[in-house]
Amino acid sequence: MSSSRRARRWGVRTLALGYLALLLLAPVAMIFYRTFEHGLEPVWNAVSAPNAEHAFWLSIEIVAISVPLNTVFGIGMALLLERGRFWGKAVLGLLIDLPFAISPVVVGLALVLVYGKTGWFGNWLAAQGIQVIFSVPGMVIATAVVSLPFVARETVPVLRELGIDAEQAAETLGASPWQTFWRVTLPGIRWAVVYGVVLTTARALGEFGAVSIVSGRIEGQTQTLPLYVQDRFENFDATGAYTAAVVLAVLALATLLAMNLLTRRTRRQTAV
Amino acid sequence: MAIEVRNVGKRFGDFVALEDVSITVGDGALTALLGPSGSGKSTLLRVIAGLETPDTGEVVIGEHDVTDAPARTRGVGFVFQHYAPFKHMTVNDNVAFGLSVRKRPKDEIRARVKELLGLVRLDGLAERYPSQLSGGQLQRMALARALAVQPQVLLLDEPFGALDAQVRAELREWLRKLHEEIHVTTIFVTHDQEEAMEVAEQIVVMNTGRIEQAGSPRDLYESPRNEFVMSFIGPVNRLGDTFVRPHDIQILADADGTGTEALVERVVHLGFEVRVELRLHDGRDIWAQVTRESAQQLELKEGQILAVRLPPPRVFAA
Repeated sequence: MSSSRRARRWGVRTLALGYLALLLLAPVAMIFYRTFEHGLEPVWNAVSAPNAEHAFWLSIEIVAISVPLNTVFGIGMALLLERGRFWGKAVLGLLIDLPFAISPVVVGLALVLVYGKTGWFGNWLAAQGIQVIFSVPGMVIATAVVSLPFVARETVPVLRELGIDAEQAAETLGASPWQTFWRVTLPGIRWAVVYGVVLTTARALGEFGAVSIVSGRIEGQTQTLPLYVQDRFENFDATGAYTAAVVLAVLALATLLAMNLLTRRTRRQTAV
Repeated sequence: MAIEVRNVGKRFGDFVALEDVSITVGDGALTALLGPSGSGKSTLLRVIAGLETPDTGEVVIGEHDVTDAPARTRGVGFVFQHYAPFKHMTVNDNVAFGLSVRKRPKDEIRARVKELLGLVRLDGLAERYPSQLSGGQLQRMALARALAVQPQVLLLDEPFGALDAQVRAELREWLRKLHEEIHVTTIFVTHDQEEAMEVAEQIVVMNTGRIEQAGSPRDLYESPRNEFVMSFIGPVNRLGDTFVRPHDIQILADADGTGTEALVERVVHLGFEVRVELRLHDGRDIWAQVTRESAQQLELKEGQILAVRLPPPRVFAA
């Protein structure tokens, strides 16, 4: 290898890592540092504050509802977009990407307009005793909307590459559409789905804008972790803000790590 | 089971894939659908399997009109051109698939898979994944998978298309023997006339979505109904509106005045056969096929002038 090529390679590496360090690693490391700066006790106190605990479990609850919803919806949508033949497919494909294009704040406002007291369904829903805005249902909807495209977008190209031959083979062998989906299609797209789920989870955990509007940010009631971080920060409770931020970061890292371990182990088993 | 296709038509947008196609395949027969690409042969096979729905016409398998029946109820084994393996399953699970979706007992599945892997000579590879198999092995796995459910009809789409020449020849031979053993009604698609002649009992020649001629390999070769069949089945010389088979051209040792004078332009040795490219005295180019032996006797070489005798040419009504 010539020295100029080696120099170029190292140059590219330094640039890439430097960029990453400046934008991502340094700020995240800084948060960790600031959190544990005065030892474990203040951290423990911050974590066990009632509002912090409530925010943590509320975030988990919202993720636990919206991620499975979006997974099922995303797989179904990907199948429809890739395998279906119908009029208006291109429009549907665009619609799915809409949550990427629209600011979460706009999503939040739109939801208030539709489901709020003065909105289209607001009165009717209130009459049924269901409160959507300023309560958990609205926050789940807002989270689901902003994290909607991930599973479908990850799955569509894999489905396309997979082709329909194997599915048709299953059909000629006597498999029902349901059996074909579970035994042939889903195993074929499983990595794309897993990746989509991880992205959806990360996005849902961190969602701020839309949830901030539909939740009304009621302390100890409709405050998710990101909202709690903002609240602590605004109230000059640096330790509380940093600690909650670290918890969020750890949750996200754990999700990534879990995916990594899972895919690595199963991949080795099937050697595909 | 016998198969009958009646007046089937199929369009894809403006493209006419099949036009008024009717064929009959006898119970237990081995039939080839032969034609160039785009002739509709694969579409016809997929219509029989139920993977395409015809716009018009009917498909009858055995006693049953299956035109509107889904593929999974037709009792058809289908081998795809690129084998369509289930990549995330072992060879064993691939072959077991049809039985396992039918919820057969585990013991029965195990025994049947073992038997089939023996039949297709894949014993010992049961725990491999498709990515670890060669093309020929994948092909045989796909065949075992299709045979596992004891189909009444076996359909193969370009079964040897993606294999190299030697494996191809081996598998052809093997498919014919297999058919003798299990005697399931079989239709395979090919664009290779030699393959069709060698393997099939009956050949259906297709072109531009229509059937040109159907019959035994010998029938088609000896009495082609038209120009297309004649030139598609076996080599051919075209002289104006007439057709001559290269091996029907006789090269004469002495120019005794009974033949046509010709100049030898090129002699190509292809093992047993020798291909002689000739220019007739009126300027037309033609090629003849002779054995190595007669080429030696005639001492053929380039630039030589000799005489040839042409057989009575075949003329087809336009």
